[in-house]
Amino acid sequence: MSDIAFWVIVGITVGSSFMVVQSKSLLYSAYALLFTFIGVTGLYIFLWADFLAVVQVVVYVGGILVLIIFGIMLTNKITSVNISHTSMQKSMGAVVVIAFMGLLGYMILSTPWLVLSNAEPSDTTSAIGRLLLMDYLLPFEAVSLLLLGALIGATTLSRKDT
Amino acid sequence: MTVDTLINWFATMGDFPILAFILAVVISGIPLFLVMALNAMIAVYVERKVSAFMMDRVGPMGQGPGLHAGKWGLLQTAADAIKLLVKEDTVPESSDKFLFKMAPYIIFIGAFLGLAAVPFSSSLQVADFNVGVFYIIAVGSIGIIGIVMAGWASNNKWSLYGAMRSAAQIISYEIPAGLSIIVPIMMAGTLNLQELIIFQSGTIWGILPNWIIFNNPFSFIAFFTFFISAVAETNRTPFDIPEAESELVAGWMTEYSGFRWAVFFLSEYANMLVVSGLAVAGFLGGWQSPIPGLFNTGLWGLFWFMGKLGFLIFVMMWFRWTFPRLRVDQLMHVCWKVLIPITMFNIFGVGIWKLIFG
Repeated sequence: MSDIAFWVIVGITVGSSFMVVQSKSLLYSAYALLFTFIGVTGLYIFLWADFLAVVQVVVYVGGILVLIIFGIMLTNKITSVNISHTSMQKSMGAVVVIAFMGLLGYMILSTPWLVLSNAEPSDTTSAIGRLLLMDYLLPFEAVSLLLLGALIGATTLSRKDT
Repeated sequence: MTVDTLINWFATMGDFPILAFILAVVISGIPLFLVMALNAMIAVYVERKVSAFMMDRVGPMGQGPGLHAGKWGLLQTAADAIKLLVKEDTVPESSDKFLFKMAPYIIFIGAFLGLAAVPFSSSLQVADFNVGVFYIIAVGSIGIIGIVMAGWASNNKWSLYGAMRSAAQIISYEIPAGLSIIVPIMMAGTLNLQELIIFQSGTIWGILPNWIIFNNPFSFIAFFTFFISAVAETNRTPFDIPEAESELVAGWMTEYSGFRWAVFFLSEYANMLVVSGLAVAGFLGGWQSPIPGLFNTGLWGLFWFMGKLGFLIFVMMWFRWTFPRLRVDQLMHVCWKVLIPITMFNIFGVGIWKLIFG
């Protein structure tokens, strides 16, 4: 049962990410990305990472994808329905992809994976919270400062001089 | 009765895991859809009546089927539903046909997914997640994609403006909504909706029910900031600039008709149900009785939950017919400069409160 569900989710993820790359219309790519993100959410659920799965939906579907679509819609006229992007240098790209796949495959096969027992972890949220706010507090705060800096920088750059 | 219990129960009957899974999902999905449809039917009628009474009219009335809309206009919703079902389904010539047809599905899925985690009573909940609160907030954002899709695919300036406004509004108001719901999470120390409700059992000073809204001044404020942002997230008046009739015809729904439009309508009312459900579970004690210790068992839970839910939905309608619509700049002002500072202060305050009294 869970095998079938797993392969369905993998199919959705890989299929839709293929559509993201192959689609002629930029907006269709963005919408195909929705299914990729939802597929990745499914993969997180398979890893018992319930909190991370929900974060995936909030951040990627609710934030990043909406902003991507916003960007596409704001930078083009409504009359130009078919905003397309073209693939270039396909043969060169294929070489890079195959090399990269080989590298990844080597990594997957050579890494000594930790195999968890099949038991369901009771609660991941409190563990994540404890780690973030106790053990990794300094990196966590540093990242938030960095993001704040990026935010202020973006505002300064996009602001018109008055 | 969650999906998991159903799956486990089917597993005891025989070894057909796929069949058991499909059966369990269908059995728990159909009542959820019925709740959604019934809610929309009742809410449409109540909305007509509430609006009529607030404007000193009588609303839908009639003497019987065939003449008018039944006694007290009770058949009005049925007439509406039949009208929507038999109406011509138009797809604009210059629209992006695939996305145009796809959008209602996405919006419907967004609303339906949220409903799956609403705890109707201590045992009636389709999916009892560890991260239920967060989950409801998260799936609410799937609907935005559908709205933007609908607005863009219609190839109509009003639709596009409506969709842009709607997305900007929902993204902005998600922040105060999320920051407000953190207050009950901090107090109960859990993201699980059932545990959150169980945390609210008992009394304060022996009289008041121990609901989070009454627990401390910060959570009292947090309920109102959450509810205001929740109303804004459902795109209802006074936050309905995405479909402002006087400026945008019907916003992102302009080009839709017939059943596709009905799906939008159904999803809007389901969204009201979901956000009110979260408010009830997070602040108003969920299925706990308002009289501590009394009427707290079995089906009473369902009764109290639906009662509180109905009250909050009524308040939303009340808002709709008493407040004027906010302008776009006022809308953003309220969100970023009023609600977010209040919610930030709330989180800080409730942290201190928990440190001293908790």
